[in-house]
Amino acid sequence: MFEANSLAVIFVSLMGFSILLYAILDGYDLGVGILLPLTQKDDSDTMIASIGPFWDANETWLVLAIGLLLIAFPAAHSHIFKELYLPTAVLLISLVLRGVAFDFRAKAAFSHKPTWNKVFKVGSLLAAMSQGYMLGMYVMGFEDTLAAYVFSLLSAFGVAAAYAYIGACWLIMKTEGALQVQAVNWAKRTGILCFIGVVAVSAVNPLINPDVYAKWFAWPTTLYILPLPILCFALFVYSQQQLKLLPAQNDKGCWRPFVAAVIIFALCFFGLAFSFFPYIVPGKLTIWQSAAAPESLSFILWGAIIVVPVIISYTVFSYRVFWGKVQELRYH
Amino acid sequence: MLETLMLSRIQFAANISFHILFPTITIALSWFLFFFKLRFVQTGEPVWMRAYRFWVKIFAITFAIGVVTGITMSFQFGTNWPKFMETVGNIAGPLLGYEVLTAFFLEAGFLGIMLFGMNRVSARVHTLATLIVAIGTTLSAFWILALNSWMQTPQGHEMRDGVAFPVDWLAIIFNPSFPYRLSHMVVASGLTAAFLVAGISAYRLLKGDDKQAPKLTLKIALTVAMFLTPLQIFIGDMHGLNTLEHQPQKIAAMEGVWHTEKGAPLLLFAIPDEQEKTNHFELAIPNMASFILTHDLQGEIKGLNEFEGNHPPVAPLFYAFRVMVGVGMLMLIISWAGRIQLWRNKPLPRWLLKVLVAMSFSGWLATLAGWYVTEIGRQPWLVTGILTVKDAATDIAPGNVALSLSLYLILYVVLMTAYLHTLFTMANRAVEIEEITDDEKVKPVIISMTAKENNYV
Ligand code: HDD
Ligand code: HEM
Ligand code: HEM
Repeated sequence: MFEANSLAVIFVSLMGFSILLYAILDGYDLGVGILLPLTQKDDSDTMIASIGPFWDANETWLVLAIGLLLIAFPAAHSHIFKELYLPTAVLLISLVLRGVAFDFRAKAAFSHKPTWNKVFKVGSLLAAMSQGYMLGMYVMGFEDTLAAYVFSLLSAFGVAAAYAYIGACWLIMKTEGALQVQAVNWAKRTGILCFIGVVAVSAVNPLINPDVYAKWFAWPTTLYILPLPILCFALFVYSQQQLKLLPAQNDKGCWRPFVAAVIIFALCFFGLAFSFFPYIVPGKLTIWQSAAAPESLSFILWGAIIVVPVIISYTVFSYRVFWGKVQELRYH
Repeated sequence: MLETLMLSRIQFAANISFHILFPTITIALSWFLFFFKLRFVQTGEPVWMRAYRFWVKIFAITFAIGVVTGITMSFQFGTNWPKFMETVGNIAGPLLGYEVLTAFFLEAGFLGIMLFGMNRVSARVHTLATLIVAIGTTLSAFWILALNSWMQTPQGHEMRDGVAFPVDWLAIIFNPSFPYRLSHMVVASGLTAAFLVAGISAYRLLKGDDKQAPKLTLKIALTVAMFLTPLQIFIGDMHGLNTLEHQPQKIAAMEGVWHTEKGAPLLLFAIPDEQEKTNHFELAIPNMASFILTHDLQGEIKGLNEFEGNHPPVAPLFYAFRVMVGVGMLMLIISWAGRIQLWRNKPLPRWLLKVLVAMSFSGWLATLAGWYVTEIGRQPWLVTGILTVKDAATDIAPGNVALSLSLYLILYVVLMTAYLHTLFTMANRAVEIEEITDDEKVKPVIISMTAKENNYV
């Protein structure tokens, strides 16, 4: 039914789709964690309430993305995670800490709550940074050089800033009053940091990877691809402008910065994907070299075709149920 | 210094052992919650809602730990067992994939509504969300156990150039040990949750809680345990017979049979000696092992001598099996004793309540012991007859694995302490406060389960 070469393309697209969704969705909830103020008790409750019903489902996109890598490109999975062994361990431990802190802070003895808040914040920050570090190492082709480590460290801060940015935009949409004003300020500052990060990665990537350079600066491809960075830049400008107007009367346009951030994330992701396709391990393995057996991929693809739309529809349903400003979060 | 292989094995075993504790509770606890919610909707008795409220909080933290430790698991195959995916990835991959697609998203997607959505959706949608979460957790068990069972008793595939390719997916999923392992595990989960519910309820009663809810949950938990223990023993027996057919060396090690014999005794206790290939200090019932396994007092049991150099280590299997069966017997006695007492309309004596508190986590003990029998009993194979553990291991520097392993172990100690501490804090708090709140006073709609006009949403 499906032919081996197109299966590899289908699966890498599915994987890209879930990585992008993960970055956006868990991005905002990690971001909210990074921004968590440790002093204002009420604010931190509201902020965490705004992500309460979603964080678990958000993380599931990571499980799907890693699962797809494992299922469809097993050789790439072992290659990448062997290279990134320790950052992966840090990522997992931070995700564990943050996930449990979310629940313990609400249920443990009250005196422990500030500690769990700290764990939540540090866990979110470390998780974001280890993802950024892993992205940096990936872009640098897992080189064992000082430049690679420095770049990956920068990328770690860049991703943390980007998550904080989308998290702040989420809060603008989901909160009101003083906290919303605070969120607007956060969004302005992290937006600029995020912008610097995006520019840095986009500049370094073609400079160190001749293949990437050749791809971006080959006439006439450049012409087709040029709108991507331009649009990205325009969105940053637009978002900063909108932020100046917020919070507005009747909360008009409180959703605009978040939508802008989502599109920025998507554009950056397409930029990266364009740079590396068809390689799945930069410079070493293409998607066709590492794809699993077609009979296995077809078997799972049928499932995906049926199930993914269902997943998306109940995800939308859940966002509709919790639409609007945050209310007090209580277990029933 | 340990080598990478040993460290990877310890790390994998530590991670999976820690992970399994939490799903074992949530798989069945979600069904308990569904039952509480359903009874509330049907009867309108606030006590059901109070039971639901208390247990849904415990469910939430247990579930959260299950999820985050599970994420760790999905990276493990690639990081520590690269050859595993390269050899059997064509089989293991889709099974794991279906678990993510059908189970994980289902539970995660409806968990938010179940935990936080009671005021935002109708009572029916909320009950439905609870049901869907319960189905999701059970489906997780289905897929992951299909994979684990296939690793124990593989079929439905063919080998080409040392790589397994799927031929018949139904044969792969419903491999010979799967039905037994799935049912045994689901019932194990039921028992683990039942004893947890009973234990914490008993703890509240001991602390002087005189509310209705803990008495009700204690009764339900004991009822469930009373029916599930005999069932579990029966399934366990069938499981053992199936293992005898497909992995006789495992049974030989479990029973401590060093040499093939007719009319083998059932060893209640012994100290197996791998060097001398014999047991010390045997306490045995003559002919009983043969009778259980072959249903013939003189039946022949294959000994370890027939699997020279190719059988699992004996002592851990031998002991772990006795721990599991021992806990099972204890569960049988205690659940029947408690339930009969309640049936006679007598309150449970304090000593029995204390025993129940002590047995709150007995399900964990039996489950871990059972898994150790299963997994160590597969050695030296990772996938029986296809791939050995040694060949699957990674070649990462041992220092890195040692570092990650130490981090995980510290993390687990912290988490376990926090979990147990929080559980009992919640129980203490429930003793002190009166739990009735506003929305409980609202009389719920009483739905009849068959009426046509009940459209959900
Ligand atoms: C509450 C938990 C619990 C209890 C009370 C029991 N078991 Fe069990 N047992 C498990 C929980 C468990 C388990 C954790 O779920 C295992 C590990 C893998 C599996 O499928 O089930 C298991 C494995 C397992 C195996 C290994 C099969 C294999 O790997 O090939 C056998 C033979 C039995 N059990 C038999 C019994 C018997 C005869 C019991 C009688 C009392 C018993 N179990 C009680
Ligand atoms: C159902 C899904 C499971 C899968 C796919 C699975 C798979 C594996 C793999 C890949 C290994 C490493 C190779 C080895 O050392 O044998 C392993 C070992 C082990 N697993 Fe499992 N496992 C599962 C469930 C469990 C559970 C629930 C437990 C315990 C509670 C467990 C306990 C162990 C132990 C103790 C080892 C180490 C055995 C040894 O090295 O001697 N497993 N399993
Ligand atoms: C090697 C084996 C295993 C892997 C790779 C694995 C992977 C995972 C992952 C990634 C999650 C998080 C899902 C989410 O994001 O919602 C998870 C949760 C879960 N797993 Fe596992 N798992 C393994 C073994 C098991 C076993 C043996 C069982 C039960 C028999 C089990 C049952 C569950 C359940 C019910 C959950 C939902 C969370 C919870 O109930 O706590 N898993 N697992």
